[in-house]
Amino acid sequence: MINQYPLWKNLLILLVILAGVLYALPNIYSQDPSMEISGSRRANVTEATVAKVDVVLKDAGINFKSIEHGAGKMLIRFASNEDQLRANELLETTLGDGYTQALTLAADVPDWLGELGAEPMYLGLDLRGGIHVLIDVDMDAAAKQAVERYSGDIRTLLRDNKLRYITVTQGDNRVSVKFRTAAVRDKAADVIYEAFPRLTIESTKNGDAFFVHGNISSSEQAEVKRFALQQNITTLRNRVNALGVAEPVIQQQGDRRIVVQLPGAQDPAKIKEMLGATATLEYRLADTKGNINDALNGRVPPGSKLYRERDGSPVLLKKRVIVTGNQITNASSGIDTRTGTPMVSVNLDSQGARRMRNMTTENVNKPMAVVFIETRTITKMIDGKRVKRKIKVEEVISIANIVEPFGARFQTTGLDSSEEAHDLALLLRAGALAAPIEIVEERTIGPSLGQDNIDQGFKSVIIGLIVVMVFMVAYYRLFGLIANLALIINLVMIVAVLSMLQATLTLPGIAGIVLTVGMAVDANVLIFQRIREELAVGNTPQASIFAGYEKAFSTIVDANITTLIAAVVLFSFGTGPIKGFAITLFIGIVTSMFTAILGTRAVINLVYGQKRVKKLAI
Amino acid sequence: MQIFTQTSKIDFLGKSRFALIFSALLMVASIGSLFVQQLSLGIDFTGGTLVEVGYSEPVDLTKVRGALEQSGFKDATVQHFGTAKDVLVRLAPREDISSAELSDQAFSTLASVAKAELRRVEFVGPQVGEELTNDGGLAMLYALLGILIYVALRFEYRFAVGAVIALVHDVVVTIGIFSIFQIDFDLPVLAAVLAVIGYSLNDTIVVYDRIRENFRKMRKGTSIEIINASLNQTLSRTLVTSVTTLLVLLALFIFGGEIIHGFALALIIGVVIGTYSSIYVASTSIVMMGISKTDLMPVQKEGEEEEEPESQP
Repeated sequence: MINQYPLWKNLLILLVILAGVLYALPNIYSQDPSMEISGSRRANVTEATVAKVDVVLKDAGINFKSIEHGAGKMLIRFASNEDQLRANELLETTLGDGYTQALTLAADVPDWLGELGAEPMYLGLDLRGGIHVLIDVDMDAAAKQAVERYSGDIRTLLRDNKLRYITVTQGDNRVSVKFRTAAVRDKAADVIYEAFPRLTIESTKNGDAFFVHGNISSSEQAEVKRFALQQNITTLRNRVNALGVAEPVIQQQGDRRIVVQLPGAQDPAKIKEMLGATATLEYRLADTKGNINDALNGRVPPGSKLYRERDGSPVLLKKRVIVTGNQITNASSGIDTRTGTPMVSVNLDSQGARRMRNMTTENVNKPMAVVFIETRTITKMIDGKRVKRKIKVEEVISIANIVEPFGARFQTTGLDSSEEAHDLALLLRAGALAAPIEIVEERTIGPSLGQDNIDQGFKSVIIGLIVVMVFMVAYYRLFGLIANLALIINLVMIVAVLSMLQATLTLPGIAGIVLTVGMAVDANVLIFQRIREELAVGNTPQASIFAGYEKAFSTIVDANITTLIAAVVLFSFGTGPIKGFAITLFIGIVTSMFTAILGTRAVINLVYGQKRVKKLAI
Repeated sequence: MQIFTQTSKIDFLGKSRFALIFSALLMVASIGSLFVQQLSLGIDFTGGTLVEVGYSEPVDLTKVRGALEQSGFKDATVQHFGTAKDVLVRLAPREDISSAELSDQAFSTLASVAKAELRRVEFVGPQVGEELTNDGGLAMLYALLGILIYVALRFEYRFAVGAVIALVHDVVVTIGIFSIFQIDFDLPVLAAVLAVIGYSLNDTIVVYDRIRENFRKMRKGTSIEIINASLNQTLSRTLVTSVTTLLVLLALFIFGGEIIHGFALALIIGVVIGTYSSIYVASTSIVMMGISKTDLMPVQKEGEEEEEPESQP
């Protein structure tokens, strides 16, 4: 008998649909605006913390749904975004420095679903709000730094070996040393080769001067760049973690770019500043002997340098640095108990601590200065072209007498506000960037727009669906109804696959779903038209159904594969939102083939199969 | 319900000369406009900064412009976006502040006019924009190439060429309409154009499939008669699918919000043009390339051939 599926086939279809329903299910539960609080070495999230948060929130009259506690973290769920934001501000000041707060959306999915691994769809930034930045790492600067390092090292090496040179110059991926005699030059070449075997050494003569060139190999250049990128990713990750953003994405893109995505983040100005900041501290002794007026007139004493304090007043400092930001192992902000002003408490590594102890022991009662150094990028128009300039801002943030020698742990005061202290501590903790960065793309979506996008997207899916369903029933009657059933199941399947893959759903992604709704019926249209044709030439209803499906099949496959090609190209080329469109289009086409061909056939078989049918409702 | 109770007998190819002229006019207008006034490219491709804010009350644009001018944003274009409360500002790069800071300053200026909420910021560096433009062009070429290969493998090279001619026609006309009316062409619109490639091809393939089937099945008739018959047989399907797709796209256009407008519009234009081209351009092309019965006979076995026991030479 034709038009009957074997039992296993029906069961398989049913099973696939059930699995689809199951994995799509988490999406019907609401997502609560929530806050995740995690601790650190200095501050654990304990029952006491939970109790404290509970009291603080209740006292302030902020409504929350629940507090969950576990694995050193706690999750507070709120009923509204406003409550979430108010609580965030409140807890920032009351909880203290050791805790990290992150705003997030937590799905209210029942435990049994969670255990099956069923999660709601992952919403893209354009739907949940947040900040996306694309960061370009200055690779030329990284390469230049490598040359600088080598030239410094070579200078020291030659000095240590008492080999006299005239100059050391830095070129493009090479360091050149100039000598007076060939004998010294040759000896130096040997020494350099021994110390830095990765350099390609080249000896040349130009007039009276003898040169050794150390060339950095292309493989080392590549390594330097790779390292700079990796180091920057690590630093950015540290900074982002310290900022407190749930589910941040920090990924390499291409050879020299880094993508940072911060869902739910709401202050782009601050975040860009933190990501791009290159602030660090240097500790120097003040030059108490030099004359400041002479220095202002251009006669700076050798070994000293003229700096300015925050209020603009000039000050002379020794050139020699006691400790730099690289030697700082930890930093935290707080309030100085004696003066009541904001301070940053700093920990040094052993080398830095030793130097600091030596210097402070030798210089008790002399002033020491803390210099705040920051690099800013400024774009200027020169001859009609945009030129980027990096300027280094150096400010003395505090000068104080060394009361007693100190070493690994001490405090720095003189900061403008506790916010500045907090930011500086964060930067010192996260470490420095290995190469300068620049933000080359930013997309920020406010939370209200995100919600609007969800609402409008959802609305257009529903309206599109209803309109198509009405049309299909009017045009194909019972068969249209069956196609509609397939259409709804297709939607469920798309949602299920998106949830399973945890692929990002974006606004163009929703548009992709809408488009698939329109196109998914195409398979059924093809089949139904064929069935009508078969009926028109006088075939029996059963034979017509059979032939209709049979003949339309290869057409459907051909037509869909070409659309799949377009979807794959879109995916491989696209950035975030476009990828989202490609994904839903792709998934939609695949699932629609299942529902429109197998799904509708199974239902039609159940309705018409194994019976004598005189007329089809098509 | 049926559009055509019996299979229609429209002489599509008989009118192919008019179609040819019509298509040629469309192409010339599109290409001409692309040359003369180019596309009104969005910041995705040109680079630049865009800030959208939502005010709690409807706001007067002259006020907003004034505030921006006072803060030094001289070349800013200001417009309402969707509602009278939403304002979209496009900013030119400035000398004194970095592009990353530009949007922050613009937002604080905008927020000084009235209580405002940041809806969205898009900043694209000129470098990134240029890359996107190149990548976008490449993507289009790859998609066309992939399709050309697939169709050539599944059908015959003339079909592949015909399909690609139809696709190029659709893409050029769709982009051309965006150029003629100077509608903003941004990244989602490019995605839509690529989707149009997929959709229009879908239509073309269905028609080709029927042409191939009929070439093998129908003993009598010239190529033109067979192609005409195929077009008529698939006409209902072509129209029904176009209607359902257009229905959902209209829903998207009307209810999907401002951001998705250009995207939906590009698809609507593309679907209409694609439907037309799969009937006229794609089939006319293969006729003009001189497709005939013998070209399709010796292909390897396809599912449908099993029903024809006596195989043709």
